[in-house]
Amino acid sequence: MSSRTWPHWGFLLGTVAALTAGGSQGAEPDRFGLGRPPTEAEIRAWDIDVRPDGTGLPPGQGTVVQGRRVYAAKCAGCHGATGTEGPYDRLVGGRGTLNTHVPVKTVGSYWPYATTLYDYLRRAMPLDAPQSLTPDEIYALVAWLLHANGIIDEGDVMTAATLPLVQMPNRQGFVLDPRPDLPPP
Amino acid sequence: MTDDEHAFPAEETGAPPPVNRRQFLAVTASAFALGASSAWAASQGDSAVEAPLRPGAPARAVGARASTEVLSRLPRGTYSLAPLRHLHGIVTPSDLHFERHHNGVPSLDAKRHRLLVHGMVDRPLMFSVDDLMRLPSVSRLAFIECAGNTADQWHGEQDLTVQETHGLTSTSEWTGVRLATVLEAVGLQRGATWMLAEGQDAAALARSVPLTEEILRDALICYGQNGEALRPEQGYPLRLLLPGCEGNINVKWLRRLKLASAPFMTRWETAKYTDLLPDGRAYQFSLVMEAKSVITAPSGGDQLRRGVTEIRGLAWSGRGAVTSVEVSVDGGRHWREAQLQEPVLPQCHTRFRLPWKWEGGGTVLLSRCTDETGYRQPSRSALIKVRGTNSYYHFNGIQAWAVSADGRVRNVHV
Repeated sequence: MSSRTWPHWGFLLGTVAALTAGGSQGAEPDRFGLGRPPTEAEIRAWDIDVRPDGTGLPPGQGTVVQGRRVYAAKCAGCHGATGTEGPYDRLVGGRGTLNTHVPVKTVGSYWPYATTLYDYLRRAMPLDAPQSLTPDEIYALVAWLLHANGIIDEGDVMTAATLPLVQMPNRQGFVLDPRPDLPPP
Repeated sequence: MTDDEHAFPAEETGAPPPVNRRQFLAVTASAFALGASSAWAASQGDSAVEAPLRPGAPARAVGARASTEVLSRLPRGTYSLAPLRHLHGIVTPSDLHFERHHNGVPSLDAKRHRLLVHGMVDRPLMFSVDDLMRLPSVSRLAFIECAGNTADQWHGEQDLTVQETHGLTSTSEWTGVRLATVLEAVGLQRGATWMLAEGQDAAALARSVPLTEEILRDALICYGQNGEALRPEQGYPLRLLLPGCEGNINVKWLRRLKLASAPFMTRWETAKYTDLLPDGRAYQFSLVMEAKSVITAPSGGDQLRRGVTEIRGLAWSGRGAVTSVEVSVDGGRHWREAQLQEPVLPQCHTRFRLPWKWEGGGTVLLSRCTDETGYRQPSRSALIKVRGTNSYYHFNGIQAWAVSADGRVRNVHV
């Protein structure tokens, strides 16, 4: 594409970024000598991300039944008794509405990866006490939300092994930024 | 006025009034000149000539705006809008820079704050803010615009001001260290093409940054804003700056960078900040803010007076420098080239202006800009034709202000 295109997504297809090409050729010495190696404990405390392939998921497990209780206690106040009432983001329902005039974007109708649910609950929820949920509570909430959206069965157990296998309905719903997307005026 | 301003009145300190002879003569001369036109002044409701001169305030440790200049953001809980209508030039005063946060503004201590860089690197490192300040420092002006700026314009007309429609963009001089310098320090491993950037806020906001050529060239880890440390609302003590990219990915309160070979698919790059299209698909990683302009004066809520005025506004593009701004004063039938006011910088607010004379009568004012890639800001209808009205983010259509026969200005869609 021409210079009209930004960013240049070519690097994702194998055109390696300039810095990578010119950078690491094995462990060269750091010419600045600033910063210090982090301790394992420091990395563990902050390394909370979870990726689509499940990397980062901790040990633990949760069921739909357990999740229903955690949700009622810690989530329903903001998201409604069934995840549809609000006042904050609606979490349940909305399947089949994305191409209508009133799209309802929820975990079930819109989110492309189930692992994102774990990552987000772990880092940011509940709003008044973020990073207070235990791994089992998070797995249970994820199970309940996926079940409420008709994605897993009531008996399914969410663990580091099972969660990355969950196929979200809108997994194929996203396209990499193609802009500029309007015909020239 | 605050009590502080009266802490050391000249009478008590015995200090001479801070006026030298040249200033005295200048003041005297202008007082005579004003006296000659006092009838005019009175007709304008201007009582300056009657006010007796008195010694002014002594020096202060920290300045403040003139008490008659009332500038404020429009705070709405999780965001606040910058008062674009009343700003001059291109820089947004730091205390008026727009805000957007996802669980409040954290109160962080720069001495205790750390940045962890790990993942696909040869040497994971923990940096203090002081460490980063020792690395080669760079400064540049850049706009940051929230992806949700002007989102209300996807839908029906509302009687809004430019602060309400466009106030989620601001320009500052940003100072920091190049991201590339920090990545060189840790030793980027082959195949590391993405980087998770994470904040120390209560949302631990996290975004995957593609290590494109542009980002490796331009991205900064900033500690400075307009000559001082970052404001808390802008990420104190550290933030990422990806010039031209949507505000959300310029992660504030930056505490962690993790290098990887694929995006992490966080909530803010899947459930949010994706552009839903009419067919139900959505654009993802639509990071660059496309060229956009808006007339800031006159604008929504203004009451025009007849006679000479100057149409003024701001234009910007995430893809580079603005090369031209055209203004229409007749609802789009004719377009005239506006003057671009220096400095004209890439990924930066650019001030444009066009002299105008309003002699009564209704009309519609429009502006459209073109950037260095040749991209021209689209009409609202052209944008909606492709994106529909449900994408919420990244609205950059032409903004229309209608002037009614009695001079009232309001937001319309044309």
